[in-house]
Amino acid sequence: MSEQSTTERARPEAIKAVPVRHPLRWVSIAVIAVLFAMFVHLLLTNDNFRWSYIFVSYEEGKRGVMFTGPVLEGLRGTLLLTVTSMAIGIGLGTVLAVMRLSPNRILSSVAFVYTWFFRAVPRLILAILFGNLNILWSRIGFGLPFDEQIGKLFGIDDFNGQFYSIRAVDLLAGFVAGMLALGLSEAAYMAEIVRAGLQSVDTGQSEAAVALGMSRFQVLRRIVLPQAMRVIVPPTGNETIAMVKDTSLVAFVPVAGELWFQLNNISARTFVVFPVLVAAVIWYLIICTVLMIGQYFIERHYGRGYGASARAKQRLRNIEVEQGGKITTGEAS
Amino acid sequence: MTDSTAEMVRADNVHKSFGSLEVLKGIDLVVKPGEVCCVLGPSGSGKSTFLRCINHLEKINAGRILVDGDLVGYRERGGKLHELGEKDVAKQRRSIGMVFQRFNLFPHMTVLDNVMEAPCRVKRESKAEVRERATALLERVGLSSKIGNYPGQLSGGQQQRVAIARALAMRPKLMLFDEPTSALDPELVGEVLDTMKDLAAEGMTMIVVTHEIGFAREVGDSLIFMDGGVVVEQGAPREVIANPQHERTRAFLSKVL
Ligand SMILES: Nc1ncnc2c1ncn2[C@@H]1O[C@H](COP(=O)(O)OP(=O)(O)OP(=O)(O)O)[C@@H](O)[C@H]1O
Ligand SMILES: [Mg+2]
Repeated sequence: MSEQSTTERARPEAIKAVPVRHPLRWVSIAVIAVLFAMFVHLLLTNDNFRWSYIFVSYEEGKRGVMFTGPVLEGLRGTLLLTVTSMAIGIGLGTVLAVMRLSPNRILSSVAFVYTWFFRAVPRLILAILFGNLNILWSRIGFGLPFDEQIGKLFGIDDFNGQFYSIRAVDLLAGFVAGMLALGLSEAAYMAEIVRAGLQSVDTGQSEAAVALGMSRFQVLRRIVLPQAMRVIVPPTGNETIAMVKDTSLVAFVPVAGELWFQLNNISARTFVVFPVLVAAVIWYLIICTVLMIGQYFIERHYGRGYGASARAKQRLRNIEVEQGGKITTGEAS
Repeated sequence: MTDSTAEMVRADNVHKSFGSLEVLKGIDLVVKPGEVCCVLGPSGSGKSTFLRCINHLEKINAGRILVDGDLVGYRERGGKLHELGEKDVAKQRRSIGMVFQRFNLFPHMTVLDNVMEAPCRVKRESKAEVRERATALLERVGLSSKIGNYPGQLSGGQQQRVAIARALAMRPKLMLFDEPTSALDPELVGEVLDTMKDLAAEGMTMIVVTHEIGFAREVGDSLIFMDGGVVVEQGAPREVIANPQHERTRAFLSKVL
């Protein structure tokens, strides 16, 4: 044995074995291929899809149902509603999460109660509720709180401490009501997601940052949140995609400028059901595809320093550094 | 105040409890500028807690800690102590560097950004200047080739040296080390200790919690041995190590040596 190990040995011939057969794999591929072919065949040959109704023209002198004016308006509304309510959700949710984790008992209980309420009430009910909130107030304004009561206390009947006010029906109806219902509800879910993210970051991180003299806000903004993002982004992608679809609930506020409402409207008017459904499916697929691509890039950004994509970026940076000519000394360890 | 300026750190009768558990039971310590003070003691004796009290990561319950003549975490006015606000505490911490057992580098930033973060954000120094200083510091700890790497791509020893550079970038007048080599593989301990040795030779005031008896003997100017929340023994490292006076010190050293 020892004799053999000291002498140089020739490299043996590469192994040429007969591979294991996987007949079931082939069968399943064949089945999938047939099913796929059937599906394509269905799409192309079944007249009930009425592709021209969807893409070309649904009525004399009108574009296809996907691209007709009101539907595009509705699409714009859906996108706008998704963006604004998610912005409210993410912003307020982050504030709530920070409050929830605060050592201040009052702040954390407020955040808890908020989350409790808005997670308990169904979005559909919230949408209707917000659409009707204006029965509580005739006007909504900014100014001194309890101004009427204070006025009465001093014997002034029509004391007014409002700087600015607006009729409630104008503010709290339609789009704004829908946006608030969805956004405030979303904030409750986002609060939990952000909290999980913040808690996933090692306490040693904020300790090291604080020891360097960073303020609590700087620690949150520069150290903890960026690391929490890795945990926050994937479920937020879920939430955003769910939100695209939940925007259709604002029809109950009621808000008309929304994708599904508009499509449904045309369907009701022209008595065409199936192609309209297909058009809706296609639009939602397109929106979600775009969102998923966005999520991929955001995840990649916050994955810096972790895993494979980090190494790829690292190579790029090294090249930059070399070209910058800043580094003169070689490998040190 | 005049006599305390010759002392970088002064702890008077420091007490600290976590709930009902009293961890520090009256610690006294003086560290002069340029001195290296090594802290030894068994696990749970309160070494880390004491170190964390020095930069106010923990609030003490009784006693005083002064760093460079300033009361840590409080202001004395009319014989009364007033708690310092967040900003003032942060200001005090800027001049105290801390190095942790588990490095605690920021994993989402490159090595260079780790070092530059605090001077740029906290002190608002000019970026170009900080970059120059950070590069020089990283070169000093032997890591100039790793500038663009993320911490996850470095060995433990390299990470700890980056952590030292990161603390030094704030130009501290005092450095606290909490078992800086305990999480390292044996062959990586040397490179970190060498960096610390250089730092000591340049005159940095350091408090080092460590189990590296060799380092304490060679580099330390003073040594304290803690057990059960009190300083059991202190003196010149060589003497304490060669000739411990207390039974507990003897028992501990016989296990570590
Ligand atoms: N945040 C805390 N809350 C409650 N108890 C704590 C806390 N931090 C430390 N302790 C307790 O204080 C005691 C001293 O802890 P400390 O970390 O200071 O010990 P140490 O001497 O550094 O030990 P080691 O050598 O293991 O690091 C331990 O009993 C520990 O359980
Ligand atoms: Mg410790």
